[in-house]
Amino acid sequence: MTAVVFALLSAYLMWKSAELPVGWIPNKGPAGGAFPFWLSLAMLVCSGWIFVRALRGVTPESQSKDLFMDGPTVRLLAMAGGSLLAALILITFFGFYVAIPFLFVFWVRVVGKRSWATTSILAVSVPVVTFFFFEIGMRILLPKGITEPLFYPLYQAFL
Amino acid sequence: MDILAQLAGGFATSFEPLNFGLLVLGCTVGLFVGALPGLGSVNGVAILLPITFFVPPTGAIIFLAAIYYGAMFGGAISSIMLGIPGASTAVATTFDGRPMALKGDAHKALVAAAVASFVGGTIAVILFTLFAPPLAEFALKFGPAENFALMVVAFATFIGLSGDDIPKTILSILFGLILSAVGLDIISGQPRLIFFDLPGFYKGISFIVLAIGIYGIGEILWTLDSSKGKVEIAQHKVGFRLVLQAVFDLRKTWRTMGLCSLLGYFVGILPAAGATPGSLMAYGMAKSLSKNPQNYGKGEINGVVAPEAANNAASTGSMLPMLTLGIPGSPTTAILLGGMIIWGLEPGPLLFITNETFVWGLIASLYSANLVTLIINLAFIPLFIWVLRTPFAILAPIIFVLSLVGGYAPGASMHDVWLILVFGIAGYLLRKLNYPMAPAVLAIVLGPLAEKYFRQAMIISHGDVMTFVERPLSAVFVGAALVLVSMPIISALKRRRSLV
Repeated sequence: MTAVVFALLSAYLMWKSAELPVGWIPNKGPAGGAFPFWLSLAMLVCSGWIFVRALRGVTPESQSKDLFMDGPTVRLLAMAGGSLLAALILITFFGFYVAIPFLFVFWVRVVGKRSWATTSILAVSVPVVTFFFFEIGMRILLPKGITEPLFYPLYQAFL
Repeated sequence: MDILAQLAGGFATSFEPLNFGLLVLGCTVGLFVGALPGLGSVNGVAILLPITFFVPPTGAIIFLAAIYYGAMFGGAISSIMLGIPGASTAVATTFDGRPMALKGDAHKALVAAAVASFVGGTIAVILFTLFAPPLAEFALKFGPAENFALMVVAFATFIGLSGDDIPKTILSILFGLILSAVGLDIISGQPRLIFFDLPGFYKGISFIVLAIGIYGIGEILWTLDSSKGKVEIAQHKVGFRLVLQAVFDLRKTWRTMGLCSLLGYFVGILPAAGATPGSLMAYGMAKSLSKNPQNYGKGEINGVVAPEAANNAASTGSMLPMLTLGIPGSPTTAILLGGMIIWGLEPGPLLFITNETFVWGLIASLYSANLVTLIINLAFIPLFIWVLRTPFAILAPIIFVLSLVGGYAPGASMHDVWLILVFGIAGYLLRKLNYPMAPAVLAIVLGPLAEKYFRQAMIISHGDVMTFVERPLSAVFVGAALVLVSMPIISALKRRRSLV
């Protein structure tokens, strides 16, 4: 199954690589697109190999009768993936300093069911440490979206 | 005797109060920078380079070299405690360090990493001091063909020795190589593989993005899956007695330490390779020489010792061509080299004559940096263990935040952060299907170099592929790669015959 997905991906990558010449320039060796193109072709062959092995049932996975994932696992993983997706959307519009407390409230309070005290200590201290370490110490400005103006006084005080 | 006298002079320089203070500070900063996922020695050295313009060059290089060293030690800490490599050089340390920590042997893994780093570093500095000129001369004979062949050996190591499903390992390598080709073509400068015309792909996909995705986000998803959300990490107290006991227990690993230090040092000298392939090759070598290779990946102490001894040895090795020839052996030494030029020093063989104090001060400080980092590291092991006691519901968001911020910081790009999420989910799903992910990470790191050397070799030989077997050194590497790849095939045939 995965092998089929990989085969399709390989074919797409070959087509994508072929936007540049993939051949051999005489006396100069391979052209720009050649390296990814031939690698994608090799990947396609490899996917076929994996597919055949899976059909013949030589790998432990193809013999396994277990469900790939059961209901509770799917829910748990959807929660983890969903919280990250939400965090990334928050970063894009409101910046890291809104997304970080969100992640802590969600995981520590909602999932971990810890007290509000623990939650708020973490949700406040981690962004503060992050700010001083990355923005002041390392001079790496993290995206802040529409909350940027709130940081002007901090920049003036520390940078 | 001449060397000893010069070394003694070097120690005098490195123990001057300012220099020694910078050394201790650099080791401590390095340990933390190395331990933070996404920030490795390269980031630490690059970001702190401007600070060194306020001190004399000798102090400056001692400070930066100490960060480089500290980061080599520190990378292991997050590999073992969080399962996320703090730097690419510590990727191989996760293979066995993480299982050890999950079994409740985190202190043993940390001690093994610290001591192996110390041994690797020290052996390498001794070799550095004694055999610098002839070795540098040998490595200088390497052309693009040899360098490319060497990378093929690194990939072949994975196919031959990993013990994973062979077609899946090859697919993983190919996928990593293709990802590394995204961005501008290195020779013609044309854009390629710009998916969906997103501008973020023009600068390529950094290995950090793939590594944080797979080892940060993917790891948490994997933990959630395997534990069904009920993660309680083994709690145990660790005092200094246990740490000392763990140091004592390491005497069984001296052979691995010695061999991998030598391997790491030599790989480090090669301008192409450096600490990351060095540590991965050392892991492969230790596994293939072991009497119990099936224990590797499940918490084998030699699996921690091997890459850690090798990466420290390699970081010292990579300074050799930088100092003697002016060719950096790794990205970090490339920045150090840039610093030396700014400080008004001309790297190259002349440096040993015109700036003896600088060179020998640096070499002597490498000895002391090793010892200082070992002491700081061992003293803080109980503190690092404390990290493991953190409940999963608190650890998960911390790792998420570190992964997101660490992924953003090097390239200052939200595009990378989104990619981390994609790679994290994909990495988790593939791991569930038994696709090994480490080869993909190795491939994305080595991919650009491999392509560059391959194409340079082709241009030099006017497109004649035979160049890889006609040049003796490269032929040796190609031969070694073929032997490695054929090993699993031969053992499979043997197995079949014994069944009949």
